[in-house]
Amino acid sequence: MSTSGPNPPGTPQVKALNCPGCGAAITLRSFSQAVTVVCDHCHSILDAQDPQLTILQKFKAAVGEDAPLIPLGTRGTIRGTPYEAVGFQRRTIHVDGMPYSWREYVLFNPFKGFRYLTEYNGHWNDTSILRSLPTVNDNMSPATVTYLGETYRLFQSTKAGTSFVLGEFPWQVRVGEASDVSDYIHPPRVISSERNGNEITWSMGEYMAGRDVWKAFRLPGNPPDAIGVYENQPSPLSADTTALWLAFVGFLVALVVMFIAFESFARNERVFQGFYSFNTNVRGEASFVTEAFALKGRTSDLELTTTSDVNNNWIYLNYALINQDTGQAYDFGREVSYYRGYDSDGSWTEGGHTDRVAIPSVPPGNYYLRVEPESDFGHGTIAYAISAKRDVPQASYFGIALLALLVPAGLITWRSLSFEHLRWAESDYAPAGSGDEDSDNAGRPTGLGIFGKGSDS
Amino acid sequence: MTQPTANCPNCGAKIVFRWSSSVQTVCEYCKSILVRTDIDLKKVGQVADLPPNSSPIQIGTEGIYNRQAFMAVGRIIYEYELGTWNEWHLVLNNGSAWLSDAQDEYVVTFAAPGRKLPAECRVGQHYTWDNETYTVTTITKAHYRGVEGELPFQYWDKQDVVFVDLMSTNGKFATVDYSDDTPVLYLGQSVEFEELKLKNLRSFQGWS
Repeated sequence: MSTSGPNPPGTPQVKALNCPGCGAAITLRSFSQAVTVVCDHCHSILDAQDPQLTILQKFKAAVGEDAPLIPLGTRGTIRGTPYEAVGFQRRTIHVDGMPYSWREYVLFNPFKGFRYLTEYNGHWNDTSILRSLPTVNDNMSPATVTYLGETYRLFQSTKAGTSFVLGEFPWQVRVGEASDVSDYIHPPRVISSERNGNEITWSMGEYMAGRDVWKAFRLPGNPPDAIGVYENQPSPLSADTTALWLAFVGFLVALVVMFIAFESFARNERVFQGFYSFNTNVRGEASFVTEAFALKGRTSDLELTTTSDVNNNWIYLNYALINQDTGQAYDFGREVSYYRGYDSDGSWTEGGHTDRVAIPSVPPGNYYLRVEPESDFGHGTIAYAISAKRDVPQASYFGIALLALLVPAGLITWRSLSFEHLRWAESDYAPAGSGDEDSDNAGRPTGLGIFGKGSDS
Repeated sequence: MTQPTANCPNCGAKIVFRWSSSVQTVCEYCKSILVRTDIDLKKVGQVADLPPNSSPIQIGTEGIYNRQAFMAVGRIIYEYELGTWNEWHLVLNNGSAWLSDAQDEYVVTFAAPGRKLPAECRVGQHYTWDNETYTVTTITKAHYRGVEGELPFQYWDKQDVVFVDLMSTNGKFATVDYSDDTPVLYLGQSVEFEELKLKNLRSFQGWS
């Protein structure tokens, strides 16, 4: 600035500079906020704060070794704010000699600053630096941190190194440098600590589906498929099944109350009884109709009981319950059979002397039964009795209702537990009985390679 | 509010104080650092050009903090190992405050005199002021890289300064400035960009 006049309101622009290593054009997208910038031709890591762009480090990389899925310079909208992808790094950990890598994107907005997206195996996290300190409870096992009233559980601690970089960073990035990263989870969020010397940078990530990243940055094609269950991936079924079981208990209480109410208010009134015999030695039509009986009160069930003295024999009864006034008929067949004998296992019996059936929702009116007995020819006379009761509470209905409640609750709980099992199988700090103890630990921390402002080193 | 005016003793340009309590200002024309000896001005030094800086705030930016309107009237640019950050001098109805902008992370602090301060700090130590516990997060060695506009104190030739930054578990922020013999405590909090409802910001080409 000369002494010729007041500073004009600054309008920083994307600066055009040249790499001192190879002469290629360097673009500074985050204006003077960038601390380091990487030449994407010769992979020199440059000091972006120095007008001469001093080379800080050169690293060997085949060009395009790891192409960012979000090309640098792409703009997207996250939580309503436009951001531009300005930097990209790959970070790698080694577990039993095997490298596992994830990718981090530096996003920039000139007013709101930096934000980060991390990606591992198709799982994304939208990450920002925390502006408050979490409380670390390291007397717990595993350790937890508390932040804004929520408890995050330690999932993974590891040493993560930077293995590839492109673009701009608001901190001094170097390939090959490693730092201690710990992830604490409370799905869908994760709090990560990154230790550099004795300074700790805390960040919080929130799980993001690949398709939402694609939508935010209007990227072509499809995001990579998410493989496995990620540490802070929200369970498609609520991981917390407590609410589900509370609802279950609530419905169960309602069911019991209904059952008791039906039990006590049911009329349970005998409306018909008749005693008959069927001579199997006589051929021909055996059907008959009973006298009429009145069903009073509201529409309710009618329970029909058939009793017979069959012994190593059977009787089948074709029933029709007919409304005298309207002619409406309820057709059904019931069988009573009883067999007994003796074999090597001792005596046995099969069947019984009584059969019960409930005909639901029978309106009030005058009814009679048409009965047609059947059995094998020539077995003498079979005595049987028919009785009917009005408005009988059916415990089986409540059993069905109970099952209808229990099956989904149980199924969801089981699936949720298996999801949590898959999640914790990847953790060093799996809860007892979940996840195997010597898991392959394909660790996937999300900590950012961010080193805080300043250092007294 | 009547704004005190004077002329630059170096180049004669008109100097208007936006804030009547300003002690020091920088002539917009010749970059002379001027100190008020009410209301005459004394030139005490000259600043070099400001380094490139992309804070979205500028002299004259207005905003609201805790339902109080403020205006940025001056700033100090500090340089440290990894770059620069800004301390914007805010003027409110009842005094002044600082809005720190480090890579677009914003913190508002007020001078908090009279608290007991440690002679030196280490990262990880805890201190309690006004019933709030703070943990030392960073210790930054820095130096003045430039000043602009009006400041509440005389300041132009300081060498190395040490800042100790502390954070609480609920967004509160503290800084101890060890640049003088007596350390000075500033207390405040982190703020979101939107919360400040800033007006008259810089513009960035390609960004609205």
